[in-house]
This record gives sequence, C-alpha cells and structure tokens, in this order.
Amino acid sequence: MSASSGTLSASLRARGRLWQRLTDAVGRWPASVRVAAGVLVALVAAALLASIVAPLDNTAVDLDRVLEGPSAAHLMGTDEVGRDLLTRVLHGARISLTIAAAAALAAVAAGTLVGVLAGTLGGRIDAVLMRVTDVFASQNHFLFGVLLLVLFRPALGGAGAVMLAVGLTHWPSLARIVRGELMSLRERPFVAAAVGGGANRRRLVRRHYLPHLLPAVGLAFVLTVPHAIFHESAYSFLGLGLPAHQASLGNILADGQRSLLAGGWWIALFPGLAMLAAAMTTGTIAEYWREHLHPRWRSELEL
Amino acid sequence: MLKLIVRRLAVLPLVLLTVATITFALTEISPFDPVAAYVGAENNVSPQRQAQIAHAWGFDQPIYERFGRWISNLAQGDMGNSVVAGGQPVAGEIASRASASLALVGGALALVLVGGIVFGVLAAAFRGTVFDWLVRTLCYFNTAAPSFWIGLLALYVFSIELGWLPAGGSSDPRTVDDGGVDLDHLVLPMVILALTQYAWFTLYVRNTLLEVLREDHVRFARAQGIGEVAVLLRYALPNALIPFVTLVGTHLAELIGGTILIESIFGWPGLGLLSLKAALNEDIPMIVAITLCASVLVVLGNLLADVLYRVVDPRVREASP
Repeated sequence: MSASSGTLSASLRARGRLWQRLTDAVGRWPASVRVAAGVLVALVAAALLASIVAPLDNTAVDLDRVLEGPSAAHLMGTDEVGRDLLTRVLHGARISLTIAAAAALAAVAAGTLVGVLAGTLGGRIDAVLMRVTDVFASQNHFLFGVLLLVLFRPALGGAGAVMLAVGLTHWPSLARIVRGELMSLRERPFVAAAVGGGANRRRLVRRHYLPHLLPAVGLAFVLTVPHAIFHESAYSFLGLGLPAHQASLGNILADGQRSLLAGGWWIALFPGLAMLAAAMTTGTIAEYWREHLHPRWRSELEL
Repeated sequence: MLKLIVRRLAVLPLVLLTVATITFALTEISPFDPVAAYVGAENNVSPQRQAQIAHAWGFDQPIYERFGRWISNLAQGDMGNSVVAGGQPVAGEIASRASASLALVGGALALVLVGGIVFGVLAAAFRGTVFDWLVRTLCYFNTAAPSFWIGLLALYVFSIELGWLPAGGSSDPRTVDDGGVDLDHLVLPMVILALTQYAWFTLYVRNTLLEVLREDHVRFARAQGIGEVAVLLRYALPNALIPFVTLVGTHLAELIGGTILIESIFGWPGLGLLSLKAALNEDIPMIVAITLCASVLVVLGNLLADVLYRVVDPRVREASP
C-alpha cells in the first residue's frame, strides 16, 4: 500500500519535473518561435484529428452547392462537386504530412548511413562514396525525382514512389554533414579513450558517434519535412504523384487550377496556405534550433 | 587557368558516364516494362507480337550488350526515339524546345540578379528600418510559399480577374505563328520562375554586404571621406558578390528544375512542359535525355563558376595554380 503510493508520488514528481523543464524551455524561446510552435502543433493536431475536427464527410458530393465561396457553413467554400473544402484540406494535410514525414525519414536515414560509412571506414571507400554523393548532389533533384516516379510508380504506387523520389534525392547534403561531423568527432579525446579501452568500430558507432550525431540529424529531418511536403504536392499537382482520388494538398491544388477559370479562387488559395504555414513554422523553429546547435551550418542546409 | 578548364572538361565524360550508369541501373531495377507501356494496358497484342517488339528494340539481349550499345549511341549524340514526339529522335525534339526555355530561364535569371542586387543593397543600406524588415519578411514568405501556388494565384489575379496578361502559351493563337515569343506571354511565367530563386539571393546579398561593410577596407574608404553610396556600390558590393559566383551552377540547376512546374501552369512550350508530357506518357528515353542534359549544364555551370571565381578573386588565383 505505502510502497505503491510511494511510487505513484515519485512518478508524479518526475512528471512534474518534466513539465517544469518543458515550460522552462518554452519560456526561453523567443516570441516568434513560440508562435510558430503553437501554429505548428495546432496544424499537426488538426491534420491528425481530421475526421474529428471536421465532421463533414470529405467525399460527400453535394451538387446543389457546387463552387460556393467561403461562408459560415463552409469556411473555405466548396469545390467543383460541392465537397466541403475545409474538410478536404484537413484530410489532405494529413496525407501530405504523413508521406512527407516518411519521405524525410528515408532521406535522413540514407544520408546518415552513407555519411557514417564514409566517415568511419575512410580511405578508398570514403572516396568512392563521396564521389557518388557528388554525382547525386549535382542532379537537379526535382527532375531526377520525376524520372524515379515514372520508373517506380507502377510498382510502388503513388505514395511509395513519392517517398522513394524524395528519399533518393535529398540525402547527399546530409551525408556530407554527417561525414564532416564524424571527421571532427574522430579527433576528440573521448574517442581515443574508447579506442584505448578496446572499443571496436561497431561499438564506436553505436555508443559514441550516433548519440553525438542525433541533434544534427534531427534538425536535418525537421528541415527536410517542408521540402518533402513541397515535393509531394508538386508531383501530385502535376499528376505524377498520388492518384487523383487521394485528396493530398497537391491534388486539391490541381482541382483548384481547373476551377480558376470558373472563378473558384478559394480552392487554389487554402491548400497553399496550409503548406505555407507548415513551411514557415518549421523553418522558424529549425532556424532557432540550428543557431543553438551549429552557428556555422547555414550553407549546407539552406532552405 | 587553362589547365583547370582542360582538367574539368576531361572529368565531364566521367560524370556523364556515372549519371548514365545510375539511370541505366535504375531502369533495370524498376519493374517498368517498355513493351507493355508501348502496347497499352488493355490490348489484344499477342505475346508473340510483344516478343517481336521486344526483339526489334533489343530487349532480349544480355544487359552488358544493351548498356554498351546505349552508351556508344549516347556518345554519338543518339539518345533514342521519343514517344511523345511521335517516334522522332529525342535530340531533335529537345533542340527545338530549347529556345523557349532559354528565353524563360534567361529572363528569370536576369530578373533574379537585378532584383536581388537592388533590394539586397537597399535592405543593407537601410538595415534595421521598416524597409529592411519588409524585404526580409517578404523573402521568408517567398521561401516558404510553393512556387506553383504563387503561380496559380498570380494567374487568377492578373489573367482572369484583371485581364492584364494572357493566361498561357507562348503567343496569341489568333496571330500568324512565326515561332517567335510574345513578351506579354513571357512576363508571368518569367516573374514567377524568378521568384523561386529571388528570395535567397536577396537575403544573400543583404547578409554578405553587411559582413563586408564591417571589414577594414570599407572603414578605410569611409575614413577617406568617400560618400556612403560609393562605399556601398564600389567598395562593398563587388566583394560581397564574389562568393555568389560559386553558387551560380547549382542555382541555375534549381531554376531549370523549376521550369517543369511553371511551364505546366502557364502552358509555356519549353523543355519543362516537354519533360512533364514525357513523364505522363512514360517516355523514358526523353526523360533520361533531359536528365543527362541537365547534368551537363550543371557541370558546365560549376566549371564556369570556378573560372569566374579565379578571374574576380586574385586570392583564389594565387592559392591554386
């Protein structure tokens, strides 16, 4: 009895400390970062809870209400077959965000893998890996992504092909960063101490290199997500990404392009605003994070 | 200098070979079947006929033979035949579209350079004022906003609502098509394409200028009593632009990649629209050819940047013979 209440109060105290640390951290942020974080959290929450927040059916066709402008009943208006645009944008944000996060994760994982291999193995393998990285980096990533989409969409489907196209074109800058970090990490005394203590290469990577790289890799991930959202929307907008019935932000924008001549500006405006908000908030947060982590990083991860 | 150019040009075939190998490997890995794409999904083409087509195209030959033949054809400038161009050679179709893209990209590049320098210098000159804040805020907006979204909104406002500019194409269909380019058709796509690169360049000019303005030679110029305008334009700006030269190559590539979206929105008949058409029709030879051309441009652009860097900055010239 007393033992269980003891652990309960201990865990409550621990949770209180965690909460305290979190509020302290937020308190140190500048106002712009706090606003950005708030908007981003609201955006992600609205996207994840799309079916709860926007109770209207996102596929419900209402031919009496075709192409109506924003009103109290439909805050963002309706589209060319009378579907509620707010509902569609929220669902679209969820699809785009999910695919973008997965694609960014793939790019970051590939970049980290190549960077760690090049940085730890060194020598000829390092040289070959970095030359291959150079070749990939010198490709126009949008054009190369289009080639990948055409080749792999039939097999992987729209979402899988977009993830591949973004993943395979966005890793080189991260591979260079990770390799550069490793180069300086290798000269640090604690690495020499670990090697002296008998650590092999695998242990070095797991216990010493990866934990040190984590903040940089996390930042790269955050910076890559808006990029990936842009790529997914652009490919879907062009008809090369997700199939038209999946309401990603890019597909809604493609609807918007068709409705423009009929005067339906709101269908083109609102999905783009959601993308703008996502990119600006992550950009602001990542910029603040970067300045803390690595004041000299700008050139490599320019948004 | 000559040595550098020769050495870098000698690397060009190697880079191209690597890119070609990677693309060839990708087409091999992918389950994409060109014969199936050619005959279409719902067809009554017999398996024998499909095998004949595969044989005529050489798909039944071993991989190394196909790769070797493809590379040797590439080396002779034969990039295959295009589906979207009605079976015509890829190279000819690309050449016929290049001038429209060149006009678009060239115009956009000029706009980026002029606009970026003007607003970057003004923002640096009036740093800390409302004007500086406005320029920077607009730039951040511009970086975050997707280019094709801005393009759609601009299309709606300027072409559909206001009717100031035509909505698409390269010339008025009612006039005789002389293959020329109408300036009023060029304005919107050019400005929107320029906006994709304008923001970073303006911020870049502003920030490097502010750094250079803290250097000793600028202080010395001011001490001599030279006016602030002359200090900015003659003493600080040239030095601030030197590192920019190295970035030209990569950002030119970004500009070219941006044409796919911009040309599709405005129906501009250049290489971007051609790549989109090729992608939608699964025209692999065309997309591969355009990818290879883009790589050549990037390598040449980087070479040009290196040469220019040595021309404008004596320190680099002396450091690396």
